[in-house]
Amino acid sequence: MATTEEIRADLAEIVNEVAGIPADDVQLDKSFTDDLDVDSLSMVEVVVAAEEKFGVKIPDDEVKNLKTVGDAVAFIEQAPQA
Amino acid sequence: MGILDGKRILVAGVTMDSSIGFTVAKVAQEEGATVVISNFGRALGITRRIAGRLPREAPVIELDVTDDEHLASLPERLGEHLDGLDGLVHSIAYANPETSLGGKLLTAPWSDVSQALQVSAFSFASLTTACLPLLGKGSSVVGMTFDATVAWPAYDWMGVAKASLESCSRYLARDLGPKGIRVNLVSAGPLKTLAAKAIPGFEELEAMWSDRSPLGWDETDQVPTGRSVVGLLSDFFPATTGEIVHVDGGYHAMGA
Ligand SMILES: NC(=O)c1ccc[n+]([C@@H]2O[C@H](COP(=O)([O-])OP(=O)(O)OC[C@H]3O[C@@H](n4cnc5c(N)ncnc54)[C@H](O)[C@@H]3O)[C@@H](O)[C@H]2O)c1
Repeated sequence: MATTEEIRADLAEIVNEVAGIPADDVQLDKSFTDDLDVDSLSMVEVVVAAEEKFGVKIPDDEVKNLKTVGDAVAFIEQAPQA
Repeated sequence: MGILDGKRILVAGVTMDSSIGFTVAKVAQEEGATVVISNFGRALGITRRIAGRLPREAPVIELDVTDDEHLASLPERLGEHLDGLDGLVHSIAYANPETSLGGKLLTAPWSDVSQALQVSAFSFASLTTACLPLLGKGSSVVGMTFDATVAWPAYDWMGVAKASLESCSRYLARDLGPKGIRVNLVSAGPLKTLAAKAIPGFEELEAMWSDRSPLGWDETDQVPTGRSVVGLLSDFFPATTGEIVHVDGGYHAMGA
């Protein structure tokens, strides 16, 4: 099982690849929209890439609850492997 | 044996696995077709990832239907993957949700309305024309509409664009019939896709749809729609063109 930090680092890499945001800026307390300027289209791509990377399903209805990087990491940590 | 065995199909307009076009591509592959999918702009990155979720990863090509160069080079770019085309699926629509949907009928500016008409209606003709060098006798063109014979809540200029699309489809059927090419639309009930979620107030429709449809309606299930598009692509509707097939649980046929 990956640690919180490992998941954060992998997610940061995805956010960097999709939206060009420096991976070091992608910290747990950062809001995707307000702090990192990830717009809704990029967020869709981050979700798709994260599903592939972590082998989980992130339902559409859940995405709006993932406001911060920490929310996303927490969701991935508890999600059953697809 | 599938009903699309050996057929070569382009599905234009796939972003997510919730896209109607994704399910069309999936069912088409299951029925034996070779499929290429396309999308435009920034959403292309999502499509490239999603293509891997098909039964067989499909090639993804870039196609913005408002870009004349994309259209002009399409046969050549498709030629890298397919040696001809037996089916073309247009699953593309756009209207600015801030100005042209959700109760903005009276105030939408022409610049946005004209974009909605170009992307959602005119492109059915321009994309078909672009593919014409590849389409032979017996091939099939299918587009996606949402019943444009009546006015709906929230749908506004997209509804007007769909009325244009429906008319455009009949004229294409007229002009392409002599070449043996069929042109039809599937009129789907509301489905939870990215496009539908962008329409402010579209959920209201979803709730009543299932109540009023004799067969019921599941707005999270793209399969009935995908299968019907595949039916029209197949050789099982050989004398059908200029038609609008309702895949809506029967909603359109009920008075209340
Ligand atoms: N979802 C519904 O309730 C519903 C019901 C009936 C008909 N439809 C129609 O089905 C079709 C597919 O929509 P969907 O619901 O699957 O949503 P979707 O958002 O998944 O698909 C729409 C596609 O159009 C593409 N697109 C937009 N502008 C484009 C352009 N300029 N060039 C090329 N592609 C462009 C988008 O990138 C996207 O892939 C549309 O014509 C839509 O109007 C949808």
